[in-house]
Amino acid sequence: MIYSIKQAAKQFARNRAMSMASVFSITAILLVLGLFFILVVNINNIAESAKQDFNVIRLYLLDSTDYGMAEDIMGKFSIMPEVRQVSYLSEEKAMEDFRVKFGDKAYILDTLRENPLPNSVIVEVSRLEDAGRVAAKARAMEGVEDISYYKETVDRLLKVTNFIQIGAMAVILALVIISVVVVSNTIKLTVLAREREISIMKYVGATNWFIRGPFLGEGIFIGIVSAGVSAGLIALVYHKLVDVVGPNLLIILSAGMVPERFLISNLAIVFIALGVSIGACGSIVSMRRFLDT
Amino acid sequence: MIIYKNVTKTYGTNIGLEDVSITIKKKDFVFLVGPSGAGKSTFIKLMLKEIEPNSGGITLNGVEVTSLSNRGIPKLRRSIGVVFQDFRLLPQKTVFENVSFAMEIIHMNPRSVRRQVPQVLSLVGVSSKAYKYPGELSAGEQQRVAIARAIVNNPLVLIADEPTGNLDPDTAWEIMHLLEQINLRGTTVVMVTHAKDIVDKMGKRVIAIDRGRVVRDEKSGVYGAEEEETSRIGGGGSALL
Repeated sequence: MIYSIKQAAKQFARNRAMSMASVFSITAILLVLGLFFILVVNINNIAESAKQDFNVIRLYLLDSTDYGMAEDIMGKFSIMPEVRQVSYLSEEKAMEDFRVKFGDKAYILDTLRENPLPNSVIVEVSRLEDAGRVAAKARAMEGVEDISYYKETVDRLLKVTNFIQIGAMAVILALVIISVVVVSNTIKLTVLAREREISIMKYVGATNWFIRGPFLGEGIFIGIVSAGVSAGLIALVYHKLVDVVGPNLLIILSAGMVPERFLISNLAIVFIALGVSIGACGSIVSMRRFLDT
Repeated sequence: MIIYKNVTKTYGTNIGLEDVSITIKKKDFVFLVGPSGAGKSTFIKLMLKEIEPNSGGITLNGVEVTSLSNRGIPKLRRSIGVVFQDFRLLPQKTVFENVSFAMEIIHMNPRSVRRQVPQVLSLVGVSSKAYKYPGELSAGEQQRVAIARAIVNNPLVLIADEPTGNLDPDTAWEIMHLLEQINLRGTTVVMVTHAKDIVDKMGKRVIAIDRGRVVRDEKSGVYGAEEEETSRIGGGGSALL
């Protein structure tokens, strides 16, 4: 064990060029993986917060529905577990909101002889996925003339986020497979460069694990170094992104970026686990051929 | 004691060894001679269990080599020292490290390594070169280091695959004397060679192989006419290359 660790450190130092080449290729792959990862995590985050804006169902009440009946309707919704909040919007308040929205063109509304807007009940659901069910119930309710909710937008958003999640998994998996192949090929080069050493070790009576040990150690070491370098670089890039893109994102989409510390600490753990496994798998795969006899 | 009993090894339609039965006693010094492709390399590879015979059995000091599992191979090889024509030293390791490496592999404790390596380097006559790298040594010195590595773990058998093939005549004789000394200490030596003068002058047992068969086995033999032909035209490479 101690021999393996000592030899791994020596090999890494002696084969600086080759080791650096391996570190470089794993780092490059982990960087792509990392950038993709932060992109996906943030898109998910934005989608999640966007969903919050579309989880509202508006129930337009019939003119014949008075406030007492509206309260009954509100009561029926507020006891539903999937409903977060229920509120009443009078036709006067609705018109006021309208005026605010129109801003300096609000004078157009002055031409109206009477307020065409109905009284309404606003139901907010906790999970966007439940909006459809709640909307169906609202439509069937007595005293309700019509309802509106962003069904199409909601469906599209759900589709897009699902697609992103599945796509992300596929791309991340593909990148991991590619990185194992690249690493095993790079390590195969270092093994090939030491084929003679391995053959001598075999003649002298070394066990396969004894021969494998230092290469395995070297692979793991390369993996850890690459994970550290790439996590550091991603942290730098993300820090800049949070500074530059973060405030704009808040204005445009009213969604913030995933907190830096949370994302980077998780990413570092994933990278180190991935780096160690890639290094170890790569060296075991690449040595198989040399340890046949 | 090395026993080959009716050993046959074929490579497709080519014959490596055919029905070979040989017994090499403990402390023997044996020259293995024969033209290139005669089967010398197959003979050695079978002993090291690099390849399996098609039929027959090989026993080395009571261990049935042919029925040995893969896990048993390292232990078998630890009882055999191998010296190559091209020395096969690790260029990035010093002389001391090249030898100590063979001991570390079998998990010898560092104190034994520090004690035994200088002893064996002194035995082969390269004590003063312990901290030099192979590239800084002459061919003869490199072969001495290779011998030191092969015998440092006190193997029962030493296989020397054309150990003098890359050396000038004087150095070749020095190496032969060294091998003789090692043999006198109790190690069985099996030497593959094309060096006629060495075989003739040493007067040791000679086993001649041709086309996979043992054609001659003499207690105190000479390099035969059949091998001479190959030797003169420069044929025959290292058996284990």
